[in-house]
Amino acid sequence: MSDALSLVLLGPLEDIGSNPAFFGEVVIGGVMAGMLYSLVALGFVLIFKASGVFNFAQGAMVLFAALTLVGLMEQGVPVWAALALTAVVMIVLAFGIERVVLRPLVNQEHIILFMATIGLNFFLEGFGEMLWGANVKKLDVGLPDKSFMVAGMQMNQLELSAGLIAAVLVTVLAIFFQKTRIGRALRAVADDHAAALSIGIPLKTIWVVVWSVAGIVALVAGIMWGAKSGVQFSLALIALKALPVLILGGFDSVPGAIAGGLIIGVGEKIGEVYWGPLVGGAIENWFAYVLALAFLLIRPQGLFGEKIIERV
Amino acid sequence: MTGAGGARPLLEVEGVSVRFGALNALTGVSLAIGRGEIVAIIGPNGAGKTTLINVISGFYHPYEGRIAFEGRDRTNLRPPDVAALGVARTFQNVALFKGMSVLDNIMTGRLLKMRGSFLLDALWWGPARRQELQHREAAERIIDFLEIQAIRKTPAGKLPYGLQKRVELARALAAEPTLLLLDEPMAGMNVEEKEDMCRFILDVNGEFGTTIALIEHDMGVVMDISHRVAVLDYGRKIADGTPDEVRKNQAVLDAYLGVAHE
Repeated sequence: MSDALSLVLLGPLEDIGSNPAFFGEVVIGGVMAGMLYSLVALGFVLIFKASGVFNFAQGAMVLFAALTLVGLMEQGVPVWAALALTAVVMIVLAFGIERVVLRPLVNQEHIILFMATIGLNFFLEGFGEMLWGANVKKLDVGLPDKSFMVAGMQMNQLELSAGLIAAVLVTVLAIFFQKTRIGRALRAVADDHAAALSIGIPLKTIWVVVWSVAGIVALVAGIMWGAKSGVQFSLALIALKALPVLILGGFDSVPGAIAGGLIIGVGEKIGEVYWGPLVGGAIENWFAYVLALAFLLIRPQGLFGEKIIERV
Repeated sequence: MTGAGGARPLLEVEGVSVRFGALNALTGVSLAIGRGEIVAIIGPNGAGKTTLINVISGFYHPYEGRIAFEGRDRTNLRPPDVAALGVARTFQNVALFKGMSVLDNIMTGRLLKMRGSFLLDALWWGPARRQELQHREAAERIIDFLEIQAIRKTPAGKLPYGLQKRVELARALAAEPTLLLLDEPMAGMNVEEKEDMCRFILDVNGEFGTTIALIEHDMGVVMDISHRVAVLDYGRKIADGTPDEVRKNQAVLDAYLGVAHE
């Protein structure tokens, strides 16, 4: 019994202690992946805060943005112009969603809005592939992609810059939405539409702003993931990875999305590398979901979520 | 007061009708509210009182008739635009931001008073923070005024109903409205809470000169605090006058005592 325990607990810890540089590499790899999870999760949080809607289409928005970007570049548009154009497309999309989906459904149950986003998800997937085709595409926006050594740790420029860009974006957005009055307006809109209207918050504007920002976030996430693993249909599925991040961090918390993404990114890498061999690998595939399940049992509002108040 | 529109009333509702499908919620209702008045809107359940408040605050739009505020036509404005004109309201069933603290609820009420672009807000620390402090002071004054210091950090959703109503009033006051619309501010309150609420309403009117229109069922309260009473029944206005006049009005007595219609 104690042998088994020491095998599971002590063995991997000894491995960690015996090669700190490699451990550092693993952690950094986890942080990079985690920043990308955070970025996707952030798109969800923004929309959830503003409209109480779980936007099922966030993953499709990532795919759509990446497809549009690659598609434009394939037409010979230079990178910077393609980036700007794609951003414009995402903003136009936000206006369209507000006008066609959200406005007619104002004051409806959240579940109805949720179902509308499922429809939006399929529309975006289909529309994107109809415009740009369904083949796996290589995305190269000119980020450097070389490996180098720092203090005995091997690092990759692409991953590093992806993580850095994600970190900057996440920080700016966190400040933007937590510290400004738009943060308060967002929470107000999420809490009570009628009351928000009565104190002069224009729902339309808030929604367009939020969906535009979510669209830009989706674009950045699409670029990062696309540069890593190519632009393909499976991009839409990273939404599934964002779900445990949200459960961990709390659906309505920007810092929560960041912390949740990092915890899951680092946790699954460490689990995979050190504990994976003991169970035959693939820990990376289920770690996030098991962690999320545990959180649902212990702290359903997440690490930073607003406490769920229910009067009995 | 600037006196824009001269001697015209602050709010003029003229021949307003609202329909929900086949139901006539309001039929040709006219009501003028002068600056500094406290006007009570009373009537049996389903008389159209809340509908009238909703029309004034832009939540419903009438299919005929017009609404003028400070002498200008404002019939088809949306709620945020009406709020921007200086009209604040509370709701019959309390519409607070339940997850937010009392203080945040009140600060949200000052959103229209805050200026500057969202972007500058995020980047330009100095002025943004100074503005925040300034509004925080205003919010604290309202907290003192309504005697809710003890609960300022409590999430609004956790408060008992009577206090929620008071916080909702605080949020409405935070906008420093010209016209305050209160939909049953005393519903579900005990006697003591009602007395407090009456005092606050009179103080708001007396100290800030805020014009107030309120819906209330407690006749004692209505007769005590209002300068004028308008009575609705089946979507029509059947009386409008001082509390004494309305008390003696035969149509009002009939409506309340249940004389058969037609």
